[in-house]
Amino acid sequence: MLQIAALTVVALGGLAVVLTGDPLRQTMVLGIYGLGLTMLFFVFQAPDVALSEIVISTVGLPVMILLTLRKVRQQQREQARGKEDDG
Amino acid sequence: MNRTGRLIMFGISAVALAAVLVKGFAGLPHFGDYTGVYGTVINGIGVTERHATDLVTALNFDLRAFDTLGEEFILFASILGVVLILRELREEREHPHQEEAEEHSFAGASAAWRALALGLIPAMIVLGGYIVLHGALTPGGGFQGGVILAAGPLAVFLAGRYLRMKVVAPQPLVEAGESIGALGYALIGLGGLIFAGVFFKNFLPLGTPGHLLSAGQMPLASIAVGLEVSGAFLVGWTEFLDQAMVIKEQG
Repeated sequence: MLQIAALTVVALGGLAVVLTGDPLRQTMVLGIYGLGLTMLFFVFQAPDVALSEIVISTVGLPVMILLTLRKVRQQQREQARGKEDDG
Repeated sequence: MNRTGRLIMFGISAVALAAVLVKGFAGLPHFGDYTGVYGTVINGIGVTERHATDLVTALNFDLRAFDTLGEEFILFASILGVVLILRELREEREHPHQEEAEEHSFAGASAAWRALALGLIPAMIVLGGYIVLHGALTPGGGFQGGVILAAGPLAVFLAGRYLRMKVVAPQPLVEAGESIGALGYALIGLGGLIFAGVFFKNFLPLGTPGHLLSAGQMPLASIAVGLEVSGAFLVGWTEFLDQAMVIKEQG
């Protein structure tokens, strides 16, 4: 029963991640999806994997994506400023 | 190719993929219906021969410790690559963002949020240390504990104190931790070669199953991997933070 619930949460969560358009929101949804995945590993009796997944998906990966997004936006802003100076 | 053409292509491949998947899933054994020999053997000898109550750790740090050596150096090499690519180039000069030079702070890092982060740091470090040390006893081990340990200093950054994070986890210390962990793990393997005649063969007393100091080389290997993993993650995160928070200037 728990296993079916966890599988459903993961299936819906994966769909939610794909359907979220904005990368910033997608990162947050990805973190929640990771929590669902953690529950899945736990109810399928893999606590070792669940422990790794919980930290990687809720802290490790979002930090890297958020920092990358920030860097990309910085560069976009600089490029926009450069164009204004030229024109 | 126009939209209709693409849809037809997608339809054909989607139907083919679905057919293969349904056939494949129908042939899978039922959940928990394990018929392999290797797992049964591990379950049989894990506690009696290796004195470890967590068989996953017994597998990672003793029975297949050589595989873990390879995995560890994959992590080590990839972090080395990140450091190499994101290094300060000759014509670049690093200096912190002007408006956040002294104390970078997030918009919205309230006092309550900072207090929460402050409380999280010791809790995470204690939990990480516990999981590293009890690798052979309960689920967890060097990798899981190491990532949790690394997430502790990251909470300083979440509290809006980026530059403080470098005080809590200084780069040379973190890099040294990563290298010492990787080296230590390889040395445990060499110890097996010297004292027991086979690379990564256990050469330490096995102790009583369930005690903290038991299962031979496993606690040591767990600590080495924990150091390596927490160091690697902190180095990686710091490099990414430097890229996003510190402006690189030509000149």
